[in-house]
Amino acid sequence: MNQHLLQRQFDNGLVLLGEHMPWLRSSAFTFLVPAGTCYEHNDLDVLAGLTSEMVQRGCGELDSRSFWERLDALGVERSSSITTSHSGFSCAMPSSVLTQVLSLYADLVQRPHLPESQLNDARQLCLQDLRALDDEPSHRCFSELKRFRYPLPYGRISQGTKQGLVGIDSDAVRAFFQQNYRPKGSILAVAGRFDWEQLCATVEQVLGGWQGNEAPMLPALSPIYGSRHVDHSSSQTHLALAYDCASYESPEYYQARALVGVLSDGMSSRLFSEVREKRGLVYSVFATCFSLAGQGSVLCYAGTTNNRAEETLQVLLDTVHSLRFGINDDELSRLKYRIKSSLVFEQESSAARSSQIASDWFYLGRVPSREEVCQKVDALTREGLLEHFEKNLPKNFSLVTVGSQPLELPRGIDYPQN
Amino acid sequence: MELITHKIEHGPEVLVLHDPAAFTASFGWFVKTGARDEQPSVAGVSHFLEHMVFKGTERRTPEDVNRELDHLGAQSNAFTSEDSTVFYASVLPECQLQAVDLLTDLMQPRFFEEDFDMEKQVILEEIAMYDDQPPYGAFERVTELFFGQHPLSTRVLGTAETVSDLTVAQMRSYHRHRYAKDNMYFAASGKVDVSQLVDQLSELVVDWPETAKPTPRPTPKFHSAEECLERELAHQSYLVCLWPGLNCNHPDRYALRLLCSILADDSGSRLFWELIDTGRAETATLWPQMFDDCGCITGYLCCAPEDTAENEAVLERTIRDVVEHGVTAKELELARSKIGSSLILSDERPGNRLFALGQSWLNRRSYEPLEVILRKYHDVTTDDVQRVAAETLLGETASVRIVGNAELD
Repeated sequence: MNQHLLQRQFDNGLVLLGEHMPWLRSSAFTFLVPAGTCYEHNDLDVLAGLTSEMVQRGCGELDSRSFWERLDALGVERSSSITTSHSGFSCAMPSSVLTQVLSLYADLVQRPHLPESQLNDARQLCLQDLRALDDEPSHRCFSELKRFRYPLPYGRISQGTKQGLVGIDSDAVRAFFQQNYRPKGSILAVAGRFDWEQLCATVEQVLGGWQGNEAPMLPALSPIYGSRHVDHSSSQTHLALAYDCASYESPEYYQARALVGVLSDGMSSRLFSEVREKRGLVYSVFATCFSLAGQGSVLCYAGTTNNRAEETLQVLLDTVHSLRFGINDDELSRLKYRIKSSLVFEQESSAARSSQIASDWFYLGRVPSREEVCQKVDALTREGLLEHFEKNLPKNFSLVTVGSQPLELPRGIDYPQN
Repeated sequence: MELITHKIEHGPEVLVLHDPAAFTASFGWFVKTGARDEQPSVAGVSHFLEHMVFKGTERRTPEDVNRELDHLGAQSNAFTSEDSTVFYASVLPECQLQAVDLLTDLMQPRFFEEDFDMEKQVILEEIAMYDDQPPYGAFERVTELFFGQHPLSTRVLGTAETVSDLTVAQMRSYHRHRYAKDNMYFAASGKVDVSQLVDQLSELVVDWPETAKPTPRPTPKFHSAEECLERELAHQSYLVCLWPGLNCNHPDRYALRLLCSILADDSGSRLFWELIDTGRAETATLWPQMFDDCGCITGYLCCAPEDTAENEAVLERTIRDVVEHGVTAKELELARSKIGSSLILSDERPGNRLFALGQSWLNRRSYEPLEVILRKYHDVTTDDVQRVAAETLLGETASVRIVGNAELD
């Protein structure tokens, strides 16, 4: 399992990264283009999603149908995604077809047809996503939390709004494409079985001539705190809670991540134990770290029947605050082993690894090796974690509930009292 | 990669897909029992039991179980279907001994009353959670209509009522009758110490019940029916249909999967181009479900309420068309390529191979290597696909609609 990151920056700013996994038969790439929701116009949100949909409707010499049929014939599993910062395109495939598939995606990011005749179809498709979100209260509470906690341009969700969708025309899509599908800020991460020299030559040939604009400046992010309720007649109340923590870029990220691990990694974690196992309040409860524009947050979720929502919120908050009483050796050793095992599991999937490489590069401008991650995890101590928690007490809470009854954050929550 | 099978003396069969070069190892108990093996009065007991398995044994408290799973760094879980219950863990090879000991000990839970009562609350929350996701209910109801009084109509989760009424005694009895040596397989894949595994299992299962109590196996009879469930707050409309399918050992099962892929997989299928690419529906898909004595094809359409009638007409026309005119050689080749590639990519992970092996053994007590499966897909002709379409999609049809009328915010 020798690990070596290969990297090359092209003159136009595009970054190509590679990691060999010669024990696999597959290759995978994650192609992040800096065309996320934070670059949308205020009154035209969902531009990123609609443009992503449109660039996949024919490019280069292929119309929409020929493009998909070519990928199917090559045996490519693919997906696309929209985040705050990027439009992403991911493919996993038999390694023998990697360069052919990269050539197709090079056309997609540079020479899409953006067929006006299909704009309404693409719009309808986005509208379907939006309607589906409204029928999924457990997902919807996170979308509403993002809108509430993060002011524009960061608080947009990939599905946008109905008003945004209706307002977009072909010119807006074309303008968004021209402004944001650009090599500078794009990351192409490849993992699996491939020949690096051949890969570099192919990328140089098909993407070396890609030109684009400079990235627009974005304002600093100042989160919004407090609570918000979305009325929804449902069996359960779905609650999403956020509070500040160290961001992915921070030197103290591993401490913050470890504390969230104590709360939520595995069936012996505190949230699973306190909220589900001991009290039977929920089927699903979890916490995770999330970073946006240099700001880190812990995001928590719990879904419970309406009459138990208040108790669930209280137990969830108490469990978060229980970290101030320290972490025991057993919790720490479980956590370390889980994280280290997960690094080995990642070696079984070219798709998972390419995604991690791209993400690391975006946040850190480098890709930590497994050895580095293991060293940082090994260096975690109970004392260090407690000290980190005490210095960074959970604060700046945002709470969103989706259900039939609103919930309020208890008073004085930012500063837990003994 | 090598398949090793071993029948423990007076014990269950052990199956290993041995890959010494793998980085990890996956282990699982595959129990041939599920919702179809339940009496109507205990609907949901298989799934509830799947939860109770993690609530302690003679040797371990529930907290021990959770802690040990996490200590092993395990990627572990369990699931219940109409005809099977599966418990699995993927770990680093150095954890094999502990992982196998834990997984096997779990098969004999202690069934403490207080744990049972607490877990009942969790399952009622699980039912409430699904209840907030509109297609839930339609799948369950259409199965009841299609299979009528047959045990395959039993809801896997049960209902809030049947789960509330369940007692520990009923669950103990179900467990004693179904979790027996001749009704369970142990499967492993990846970097496995096979002799250690066999020795360890031989000791651990000594006291288990020898034989399972058979459950009724009436001949399935399908019923045509339609029903509409109103759900005021749903934003989308949902349609779930069932047609007759094929059993899990039917030689035409490869043709059936290709048929479903050509008609309605999530990219490049006929319904994809007509309904998804055009934005007329959010989802339009068909997939086969196979049991050992019968099968069905499930169709699922989700779209805006005002488009429902038109989209249903497209679905009907697409089915009529494939039955009358079949599929093209190009469509068949593309579907083969998609399914083949997906199988090859999935086969890279020992965790995925475990499910392929265990499920195959549950279905037919044999395992087809990937190369054999790919050849069988390769051998399917366009005539086979058309014949299978006529044999299935012209049969009885049951459908349930969930109609919403909520406005988009």
